[in-house]
Amino acid sequence: MPVRHVSLRSGVYADSVRLMQVSRDVGAREGVTAVLVAMGTPLNLELAAGMGLAPADGASPDQLLVAVEAVDDDTLATAVAAVDAALAARERAAGPAQAVPLRTVGAGLDALDGDGPALAVVSVPGQYAVAEAADAVAAGRSVLVFSDGVPVEAEVALKRAAHDAGVLVMGPDCGTAIVSGLALGFANVVRRGPVGLVAASGTGAQQVSCLLDTAGVGVSHVLGVGGRDLSGAVGGLATLDALAALAADDGTERIVVVSKPPAPAVAAAVSEAARGLPVPVRSAVLSPETPDLTAAVEGVLGDLGVAVPAWPSRPGDGTAAAPGAVLKGLYSGGTLADEAMLLAAPVLGDIRSNTPLRPELDSALDPSAPDLSARGHVVVDFGDDALTVGRAHPMIDPTLRLEAISDLAARREPAVLLLDVVLGYGADPNPAASLAAALRAAGLPTVVALIGTEADPQCWSRQADALAAAGAHVFASNAQATRHALRLLGAVQ
Amino acid sequence: MNLLSGPPTVVAAGVDVFSTALRAQGAEVHEVDWRPPGFGDPADLATLALDRRRAAANRAAVERVMAAGSQLVDVRPAREVLGLADRTLLHAGPPIGWDDASGPLRGALIGACLFEGWADTVEDAEGLLASGGVALDPCHHHRTVGPMAGVTSPSMWVYCLEDPVTGGQAFCNLNEGLGKVLRMGAYGDEVLTRLRWMRDVLGPVLQAAVRSTAEPLDVKAVLAQMLQMGDEGHNRNRAGSLMTLRELSPAIVEVDAPSSDIAAVLRFIGGNEHFFLNLGMPTAKLALDAARDVPGSTMVTVMSRNGTEFGIQTAGTGDRWFTGPANTPVGLFLGDYGPDDANPDIGDSAIMETYGVGGFTMAAAPAIVRFVGGTVPDALATTERMYQLTLAENPAMQVPILGFRGSPTGIDVLAVARTGWLPQINTGMAGRVAGTGQVGAGLVQPPQECFEQALAALAQEARAAA
Repeated sequence: MPVRHVSLRSGVYADSVRLMQVSRDVGAREGVTAVLVAMGTPLNLELAAGMGLAPADGASPDQLLVAVEAVDDDTLATAVAAVDAALAARERAAGPAQAVPLRTVGAGLDALDGDGPALAVVSVPGQYAVAEAADAVAAGRSVLVFSDGVPVEAEVALKRAAHDAGVLVMGPDCGTAIVSGLALGFANVVRRGPVGLVAASGTGAQQVSCLLDTAGVGVSHVLGVGGRDLSGAVGGLATLDALAALAADDGTERIVVVSKPPAPAVAAAVSEAARGLPVPVRSAVLSPETPDLTAAVEGVLGDLGVAVPAWPSRPGDGTAAAPGAVLKGLYSGGTLADEAMLLAAPVLGDIRSNTPLRPELDSALDPSAPDLSARGHVVVDFGDDALTVGRAHPMIDPTLRLEAISDLAARREPAVLLLDVVLGYGADPNPAASLAAALRAAGLPTVVALIGTEADPQCWSRQADALAAAGAHVFASNAQATRHALRLLGAVQ
Repeated sequence: MNLLSGPPTVVAAGVDVFSTALRAQGAEVHEVDWRPPGFGDPADLATLALDRRRAAANRAAVERVMAAGSQLVDVRPAREVLGLADRTLLHAGPPIGWDDASGPLRGALIGACLFEGWADTVEDAEGLLASGGVALDPCHHHRTVGPMAGVTSPSMWVYCLEDPVTGGQAFCNLNEGLGKVLRMGAYGDEVLTRLRWMRDVLGPVLQAAVRSTAEPLDVKAVLAQMLQMGDEGHNRNRAGSLMTLRELSPAIVEVDAPSSDIAAVLRFIGGNEHFFLNLGMPTAKLALDAARDVPGSTMVTVMSRNGTEFGIQTAGTGDRWFTGPANTPVGLFLGDYGPDDANPDIGDSAIMETYGVGGFTMAAAPAIVRFVGGTVPDALATTERMYQLTLAENPAMQVPILGFRGSPTGIDVLAVARTGWLPQINTGMAGRVAGTGQVGAGLVQPPQECFEQALAALAQEARAAA
């Protein structure tokens, strides 16, 4: 037989939401069959009547109705006590608002205080990078898009919008930049100075900035534009904007454009724009006619009236390779691989590659796993997009290249290995450690282009010494390294 | 270029490859908590992100929303104002027929047929409705909104609101109070008696009062003030209702009607905490109608439910509805009603959230968040989240506890997709069974499907326009 408690209290007020909570909590107790704790409004009295819990003499809206039904007297008494306790309890004090995560670049930029220089860095999967980069442009901020896999039409649209907004889109697939001394992505610790770089090639910019630093010349900024910027489809949109920005920058006295060969029409447009700038612009373009970044740097030093130093090296002994040996280039930097092929091909003849100088030289490598089984001269770019799907860049994760070295050693084809090792922020903290062990095990003559500076976290000379101790011939200039490899092959004197 | 003027602060989205190196260099780095979008074809997201019309179109749309005003200019029978043909009923939400109508919508339609005298019994009304003898049409197709079932019949009186900026008009029926009411699906004698009194006494008195005031009631100003008084304008309208009573009562008292009627009107208004809702809703409707038909805009102009489906419209896609099955609210229940008694989400009142108040200004009304056992910090966080879904902050609708920050206004379909967060709506809950009435109140979100469809349609339109 259920028992009921119906009482009215005056001088008590609580918000209806609070009262509904109390009703719900007490109603959930074992043995409690119905609860209504509510102000005595007509609506609530009607509800109470529906539950068989109406106060006998009605109630007024300023009275608190406590109506409880339970299975027995004890349960009823504890339930009513629970109502009293719940009404007396204070809600726990409001703490500070919980931090709401910012989900987009737009929200992140929105939350910044002040209007000092700010840059968005986008490294989300390529298919989603467009919206994040567009947020930055819409907010009037420049953006570095590290992501690859952005459709070329989207790149064009982003860069057009950026031009209209007076900001710069660096990328997509831009891995290197230095903005006012702040190294972004894969970049080296170089001194600040008067030379501004516009780079459609990340490792190219690293080579140039490191050699300049070695010669005592610093950079003002390194603005990456993405590898496709100078293609016909993109038309150098970011290059032109970057040139204009550097020309207007007080700290920039001359500009170097580092790239693979641009589309001819784009090259003409860039040259035309460069001629109109108040600062001299020199191009460091890798092409069969202008194959060498080191020579370009030496040209810049000449322009500046700075003596060309002896580029650091650990040349080792001059032991020639076995007769008939071939060149096996294993690169992590695409531009450095290109440079090596451009320098070696006139001497050695055709070089097969996954990023060949001419399409017919495509090594037809299985794009998911580099196959060095092709005999003869081969240069592999392990940093190519097809080889980095699902794994870190070879500057960070050397696994694939180390496996390739051991495979080559096992094949007993007489060879000279030519490798790049890129130091700086973002790169393997001690690349020489794993590489030296692999080279000792392989026992093949090896030349290393070691791109970096003394001030890099890895320290150029420490890495050079470790590699030299493993028998490698080490050069700060990739061009010099390539020529040394050709000497070892007996192809040049 | 501002970029080169000094070492930049970095806002980073994506894998944490370089943030450590940046911090080691002493840079200020803010990493956003990026996630893959909640939904949407990546190509559609990119198309919309890059649509050159979008920024200006969204700015135009949301500025129209914020610029719109709202004045109460008249109170008239729906028949006169809306030109409602006989045997036509308006309802909340996207289009729906009797067969698919949920309990509370059916209950309200039955009640309206009885009220209009089109049927004498519940059975007759059901037969009439089931046979298609009554035309059903969404309120939204008539510049009208209605809370819960939203059923508006020719003899019901409606508020006539006007936007002094655009001259636009919007309409809404009169609020009946809480409990057993038509809009919650109840149709008993007490419901019909009240509706007749509203038709015969409340409507004419309000009309005379409104027409006699020299200055029309500035409803937008009331809405702005109530946000500073603990209301959020959807599920909590206490301060707004009292302010409205304060503004209207001198004119009501002067109406040439029996003093008993005047007293009854004042008592009715004073006893109804949601009296203002039916003025707030057409205020929001005016503003959002002003933003209709802006090509390239991804802003939501309607969120509305009919008890079966949730529907949205956007500024860039005109009158087209994007619908999905309505969710059932989570919240607290009256008396001994429980979750099983609740009908799926119903009502045009989500126009308040579309306008940027209600659930979007939960921080202004922390009492509301307790419907789901939440705390004051939860209320603040809800509003903070909504800022990431919206295009602007409405300086007229300020949230005191957030430093009088403007309400998050103009839901961006693209932002909903990218954050994966759905708009937060505060709402009443109607009983699932026709005739029940209100069973509780709580919180609810739209089904994601609506936004998925809208995103795809907007992207298609953007491609066609390119």
